[in-house]
Amino acid sequence: MSSLLILSLLNGLAYGLLLFLLSSGLTLIFSMMGVLNFAHASFYMLGAYLGFQLSAVTGFWVAIIISPILVGLIGAAVERFGLRKVHAQGHVAELLLTFGLAFLIEEVVQLVWGRSAVNFVLPQILRDPMFVLDGVAYPTYRIFMMAVALGMLAVVIVFLRTTRVGLLVQAALGLPRMVGMLGYNVPRLFTQVFAVGSALAGLAGAIGGAVLVTEPAMARELGPIVFVVVVVGGLGSVFGAFVASLIIGMVQTLAIGFDRPIYAMLGFGSPGEGGLAELWSVSLAQIAPLLPYLLLVLTLIFRPRGIAGTRDL
Amino acid sequence: MKHVIGTVAVSAALVFAPMAQAEEPIRIAFVDPLSGPLASSGELGLRHYQFAVDEINRNGGVDGGRMLEVVPFDSKASPQETVLLLRKLADEGFHYVSQGNGSSVSAAIIEAVEKNNSRNPDQTMVFLNYSAVDPALTNEKCSWWHFRFDTEVNQKTAEMTDFIADNKDLKRIYLINQDYSFGHAVGDAARSMLGEKRPDIEIVADEYHPLMKIKDFAPYIAKIKASGAQAVLTGNFGADLTLLVKAASDAGLDVDWYTYYSGLLGAVTAMGDAGVNKVYELSEWHENIDNPELAAFAGAYKEEFGDDWRYMRVKFMFGMLAQALDEVGDDPAKVAAALSGMSYDTPLGQAVMQPENHQIIMPQFVTVLSRDVPNDLEGTGIGRKTIREFPAQSAVVPTTCQMKRPG
Repeated sequence: MSSLLILSLLNGLAYGLLLFLLSSGLTLIFSMMGVLNFAHASFYMLGAYLGFQLSAVTGFWVAIIISPILVGLIGAAVERFGLRKVHAQGHVAELLLTFGLAFLIEEVVQLVWGRSAVNFVLPQILRDPMFVLDGVAYPTYRIFMMAVALGMLAVVIVFLRTTRVGLLVQAALGLPRMVGMLGYNVPRLFTQVFAVGSALAGLAGAIGGAVLVTEPAMARELGPIVFVVVVVGGLGSVFGAFVASLIIGMVQTLAIGFDRPIYAMLGFGSPGEGGLAELWSVSLAQIAPLLPYLLLVLTLIFRPRGIAGTRDL
Repeated sequence: MKHVIGTVAVSAALVFAPMAQAEEPIRIAFVDPLSGPLASSGELGLRHYQFAVDEINRNGGVDGGRMLEVVPFDSKASPQETVLLLRKLADEGFHYVSQGNGSSVSAAIIEAVEKNNSRNPDQTMVFLNYSAVDPALTNEKCSWWHFRFDTEVNQKTAEMTDFIADNKDLKRIYLINQDYSFGHAVGDAARSMLGEKRPDIEIVADEYHPLMKIKDFAPYIAKIKASGAQAVLTGNFGADLTLLVKAASDAGLDVDWYTYYSGLLGAVTAMGDAGVNKVYELSEWHENIDNPELAAFAGAYKEEFGDDWRYMRVKFMFGMLAQALDEVGDDPAKVAAALSGMSYDTPLGQAVMQPENHQIIMPQFVTVLSRDVPNDLEGTGIGRKTIREFPAQSAVVPTTCQMKRPG
């Protein structure tokens, strides 16, 4: 295998796992409460900014633990004092609330930290290369990012499968009203799930903000792709979200590494000039950012329950 | 004694100020994105405008004591919105419109101004462009009423490739640009000019990536590495530049970067030490140019806004506008005639608004990011250092403009 292929696969894996860390929380929230939380990516951004702020005081390692906890608390407050109040008005009111919240958080972040990027950097130990492949260093933080995401996947799955609360959550994912009838406090369960989901987004932000860039546009830019992961992965399935994240990460990365015009990919010769030639000459890398959304549309049409969903959307 | 003089000056200003204000101020419409994703660069431009105008007003204004006033309008980065806005500005009697973010918006303004000025020859408008650099605006789309105060892509690339051509060790270069009109203009210009000046340099790739959508540039970096390039030329700005350079540094990619926008908002902060001694930029001024007048001006801005002064061309633009207003008064048709072909003495040398296409030529500098500089950007300890100076004349490039003077 060429080193470009290996690197592309590794990069795709790392990006996919970051996506998973970000969207796993939304999968839980969306499946359980039916709330299309537009502010989910804003929690990701908050995690990054709080991580940046805290790391100046406590250092990076403590910051990436405290920051998600704070974001989780903010998430709990949003659910308890916002979503629960408007719940009676139905999903549209909830959706509008999170929609407004996303803008609010973005403006607040700009007021507090300014409009340009902040200097949130990883500690040197994570920046050092883990190994060097054919002259390209592979930084440790990518491996670290993968490890954290896989660790969280394991924790969430074990929690859902084996603990009593986990079983309740699973039940409430499918039949929330029945669980309520049985005497369990479903609203409190909602708050907890919302908090955990937000905290996972906060964790993704604290790591992703340092690895990529921490700026006010980061939520807006990553927001839509999270919904793709949730829908393609399927309602109620953390594992589905995992697979969907990896597919999206791999597709995007490989499309860049092995770029060629569409006509060549489909096995045709060069279309020459004029007519639709320009369209056929669009390269794979240029359309790579569209592919997730294409996948979203196709999933909704042909397989509404996604990869591993428990019910149709 | 100094105290007394100061007091006298202040009271004189107080006495004379009301007289100067008796006449209406000359209004300049600032049309740039003030909401949405590009709001931060729009607001940055607006602060520059207000600061540059304040300086002129403090020194007595223009045309025998009239003040200048900048009135902001939100273009929403949309040509359609801007065309509607222009109609409103014409109704409200604005003579001067200025914009810089987005060449598609500039093209729409040129068209709207042309239309207005041919229908209402008594109510003409002049368009001052401070940043939109698509070559078309001073070539096939050129207009008598449009004046560009920034060098366009072909001019920038001509100087940058001159600089690159001097690097005898360079054999393989990688072009990566944003997939839209500006990025393609940079890529095309670089390819043809390098081919002319240094046919021995192999252009190993001419890559275009989606605009402002890539979060992780690692896949591109792997490709650049695999290509064996020694240097990368890119017109990228904003996140597309910072993420690219950061990803390269993390992958240990050891190449030189030839850029146009690494001094913009947030870029140096995001790149940090990854950019030091690696990132070259072409610009009309930078914070370590040893010129007391401009340094004091930039320092006063930093004092007031806590942020670095970036676009010295905004100061030069208002200097030229003031010179025209002083000469001919507030008559847009006469101002346009005065600006066309105007020579203006900047503290760094002469700038000329070329009459054949209304494109400025001015001295420019190739810089490299360095820690070994007296002044830094964004408090990073990293600033720009001059590597090479280009006189205004080096920015002369051929134009296809057929300038039509009205009347």
